[in-house]
Amino acid sequence: MTTDLSRPAERDLTRLARRWEGLILVLLVGVAGWAALGVDGFANTSNVSFLLLDTTEIALMALTMTLVIVAAEIDLSVASTLGLSCAVLGWLWNAGLPIEAIMPICLLVGAVCGAFNGLLVTRLGLPSLAVTIGTFALFRGLAYVMLGDQAVADLPPAYTSLATSSIGPVPLMTVLVAVLAAVAAVVLHATGLGRSIFALGSNEEAAYFSGIRVKRIKFWLFVASGVMASLASLVYTFRYASARADNGVGLELAVVAAVLLGGVSIFGGRGTLPGVLMAVLLLGVVRNALILADVANEVLNFVTGLLLVASVLAPNLGAIRRRRTSPPLEGKSVS
Amino acid sequence: MTTRTPWRPTALLAGLVLLTAACGGGTTRTDVQQQQSSAPAATAASSAAANPNAPLKQGLKIAFLPKQVNNPYFTIADDGGIEAAKEFGGEGKEVGPSDASASSQVSYINTLTQQKQDAIVISANDPNAVVPALKQAMAAGIKVVSYDSDTAADGRHVFVNQASAEDLGRTEVQLLAEQIGHKGKIAVLSATPNATNQNTWIEFMKDELKKPEYKDMELVKVAYGNDDDQKSFTETQGLLRSYPDLAGIISPTTVGIAAAARYLSDSPYKGKVKLTGLGTPNQLRKFVKDGTIEAFELWNPADLGYLASYAAAALASGQITGAEGEKFKAGKLGDYTIGAKGEVLLGKPTVFNKDNIDDFDF
Repeated sequence: MTTDLSRPAERDLTRLARRWEGLILVLLVGVAGWAALGVDGFANTSNVSFLLLDTTEIALMALTMTLVIVAAEIDLSVASTLGLSCAVLGWLWNAGLPIEAIMPICLLVGAVCGAFNGLLVTRLGLPSLAVTIGTFALFRGLAYVMLGDQAVADLPPAYTSLATSSIGPVPLMTVLVAVLAAVAAVVLHATGLGRSIFALGSNEEAAYFSGIRVKRIKFWLFVASGVMASLASLVYTFRYASARADNGVGLELAVVAAVLLGGVSIFGGRGTLPGVLMAVLLLGVVRNALILADVANEVLNFVTGLLLVASVLAPNLGAIRRRRTSPPLEGKSVS
Repeated sequence: MTTRTPWRPTALLAGLVLLTAACGGGTTRTDVQQQQSSAPAATAASSAAANPNAPLKQGLKIAFLPKQVNNPYFTIADDGGIEAAKEFGGEGKEVGPSDASASSQVSYINTLTQQKQDAIVISANDPNAVVPALKQAMAAGIKVVSYDSDTAADGRHVFVNQASAEDLGRTEVQLLAEQIGHKGKIAVLSATPNATNQNTWIEFMKDELKKPEYKDMELVKVAYGNDDDQKSFTETQGLLRSYPDLAGIISPTTVGIAAAARYLSDSPYKGKVKLTGLGTPNQLRKFVKDGTIEAFELWNPADLGYLASYAAAALASGQITGAEGEKFKAGKLGDYTIGAKGEVLLGKPTVFNKDNIDDFDF
């Protein structure tokens, strides 16, 4: 390792992060290996396509969610933004607008939703957890107001088939995820902006005094999260050929689960995108393999929940032990 | 920090939208409708001809995909289907999501396709969202039967319909007429004024009432409880205040009938004003036992699953293809014929009263 290891605490954390991602990779390979050998119908190209396609929306939203959580914020309104964007799409489609015009409008809706969150968090200084729980209900409610319980399904076949098409065994939407993931990874891990996000996530005050535009960065992270949610809504709508107000209900939990399982600290300042992507895949593989093995849905939720608890608990074990054995430290230990 | 910057890209995006819209070269809803009407109608029925004398294959794997698992209604329906599968030497199982959201069924359909099931029996949460996945399943040789809630017609071979609107409407009038001796004022407590199902049933009720045997019965009012428990309760109260000599109420909605029963059971009208309609045994058991309700009706979900199971087996064995007029046998339920649009009708609804209500648990 060539990193500067002057501060022991940081060294611990880096090593843990590395180890955690290593663990996820081992788990991923292990589960996939077990499924390939032990579960009928897992290891063939069409199943792998299904599996990849099924994780598209979660993967997309997890990209920006990673940045948001690394910045020590959270956006629980992503699935509701997705729903609202779907409702807008359906509503405008019914009104007779061309789909090519509707799509950018949807992205705009996502941006506005994100900006609304961002303004409340950065300008009014409200906690993002509370703000986005509020907008979680607000956006979904608005979606129902627009579309009620109707489903808009007569979408153009050219687009619906595009959303489910594959290049060889790789779904086209997975290519989209890969490209955006590469962009997000570069931003987070190889640019000054990325370093600023880490800095403001681990200590906002210090980041502020070292000249980082904390509020502005956070604002744009929420906007990005909203835009990504509406992009996911387009994929979702075309993939299922159905625009409804209840599209994507509950997805926010899957997204946060994947991000945390991927080793991103819920307290901010720590995490990697490759880790998150592996976690998205791991959750997808576990789900797919267990369903193929006829495991009941309740057990499936239980397993996902267990993985999530483990992912939050494990990286914090050291900290919890230290807190118990030594007097509490000054500064940010609990947020 | 400038607050101006955020609006720059937004304005850019808005400009882009206007530009695209202005160009007008996009795909609109009317375009798609025109395309669809000009394209030849897609048929789900396979090209292979049906062989009505083919025996049911042994060891058929039939998967039931309800809207939601752990829902008592579907548990009973699917158990009925699994029992049928045992009868014809097949293997039935129930899989599905624990939430009834629109697209959660899709990954289950894909999985069942991977498992190479012989047939999928599905109650669709969203009639359209499941179609692409079901088409893939059908392309892989899997037979698809919808039950309870139909998919779009090109997503399945056969739809097993639990009850026709006509049967429901007419039998509810017959049921009430028997209880009030074909005489007196009656009212309907419906869901919302624009509920499609209920309105169709009410039309058939009115039509049934035109027959001579109901000449002494008069439908005085259709009240709307909006499928809201409290509203249905107060509407029932209001009905009896306006028409104290009311002989009976028909409530063709499970919410309405339960609320009306609750009101009647604590009022002096208990047992005097007859109540009937659509309800589930668990919900109304107590009111049947305390005499508030004499009899009500609903289709039997176990029979629905049973029939769907046989339809799936008949499809998978090549007895039928889903075309109108084909016939198949459904064990203890007897013979069935496929109607228009690939629909099979379960039959008359089951009437529940104090003698048989304890045989049902849903």
